[in-house]
Amino acid sequence: MEHTPPPFFKTGPSATARLLIFAVLSLALLITDARFKYLHTLREIASIIVYPLQRIAIAPAVIARRTAEFFVSNASLRQENARLAQESLANAALLLQLKSLQSENNHLRGLLGTRERVNNDVHAAEILYAARDPFSRKIVLDQGSQQDIKEGQPVIDERGVVGQVTRVYPWVSEVTLITDKNHLVPVLNPRNGLRAVLAGTGNDGTMELQFVPLNADFQTGDQLVTSGIDGVYPPGLPVAEIGNVERNAAYLFARIYCRPLGGVNANTQVLVVGAARPMPERPPEQAPAPVRPKKSRRGGGA
Amino acid sequence: MALPLRDLAPQEILLPVKPAFIIGTLLAAFFVNLLPWSGYVLWLRPDFVALVLLYWCIEQPRRVGFLAAWLLGLLMDVADGALFGQHALAYSILAYAGIVLHRRVRMFPLSLQVLQVIPLLLLNDLIVLLLRLGAGGDFPGMKYFLGAAIGGALWAPVSVLLKLPQHPTRESDV
Repeated sequence: MEHTPPPFFKTGPSATARLLIFAVLSLALLITDARFKYLHTLREIASIIVYPLQRIAIAPAVIARRTAEFFVSNASLRQENARLAQESLANAALLLQLKSLQSENNHLRGLLGTRERVNNDVHAAEILYAARDPFSRKIVLDQGSQQDIKEGQPVIDERGVVGQVTRVYPWVSEVTLITDKNHLVPVLNPRNGLRAVLAGTGNDGTMELQFVPLNADFQTGDQLVTSGIDGVYPPGLPVAEIGNVERNAAYLFARIYCRPLGGVNANTQVLVVGAARPMPERPPEQAPAPVRPKKSRRGGGA
Repeated sequence: MALPLRDLAPQEILLPVKPAFIIGTLLAAFFVNLLPWSGYVLWLRPDFVALVLLYWCIEQPRRVGFLAAWLLGLLMDVADGALFGQHALAYSILAYAGIVLHRRVRMFPLSLQVLQVIPLLLLNDLIVLLLRLGAGGDFPGMKYFLGAAIGGALWAPVSVLLKLPQHPTRESDV
């Protein structure tokens, strides 16, 4: 069997040479993407190519869901209707209370001279599909920069925080879920006002409170809400419930496991909360300490 | 070197492949990858793009190669929201393995080809895994490699299916 083609066939560069070219290209892309964020346009172009395929691919699931919705029995619809009417009544009472509280709050804030904090600009989006990537917890929504979605917007459902928009394409956007390993939410325990940072673990049902001292007053069953100090999540949204607290004196910090409250995996529809609140300007970087001439430092060491 | 008897047996002469068919099947594989897989099925799902790409690299090493692999990899990265270039690199290496080994793999009957294909699919998964670990990901557990085994099991049906249009029909004989 021959191993090299006869020279009179034109075959171009050898397979190894081509592999090298493409491997170097891919590695360059990888490093550029991981280190610097220059590849947004390239990603957008590719996403426009992929978009129609994505829509067709989820079509069967959407059709199945719609068909299932169509064949709902009368009884269950009545039941749901009754339940919703009841809920809306209960909510109406709360809403009235909220309105009066809001106006009172605005008034007090006005007296204190602080900024408006609550943002009510919300719009609904449908989840196209959940992450196919076993490494990260992400979902893809059917709205993108064409619908005025911006990076950094928080995503919630009716029970709590779901995640945060991390990448925006023209017609779709990617949401990193709060259970993603690299995702942090600053939270507050409303029972006693303690603040902490809630980190995803990469598992669907668990999150972990980080850097909490052993004696901090966090108990099983406490609900955690966003504290709003990051400027991303508006304050007061429910995030998680504390499930299991381990205090082991061998470690510096308590291990506190939480369950997310929002239907991080169960929804088909979510709400994207309006643009991030304007934050005060960062204080200017401190001027670097004057560099001492080398001579004197060396003299000091000697 | 004695030729195995099998090669001397009368064989059908296959029709040439249409380029449109190659592109169509690659896009179809991409499409299947995009289906809303979730939960346990996601772990079992083989990478169909890798499977079909490997098939064409072995069957038609002159026609399907690095460029197709690389472009499909880029599209896959965007669809997954993954780091740009990880699938591109993995598919390029897979295409290289397919092109370099195509003579050897084609010598074997389908049932034995599986044993050659599974390590290649594992290699593909391993490259993606290493890149993810390098980027700070967590090891997702051994179930991550299940997809390659399922992909190997699908090798025979996929190759039979993709070869169907090449079999000469009665009409074309006349």
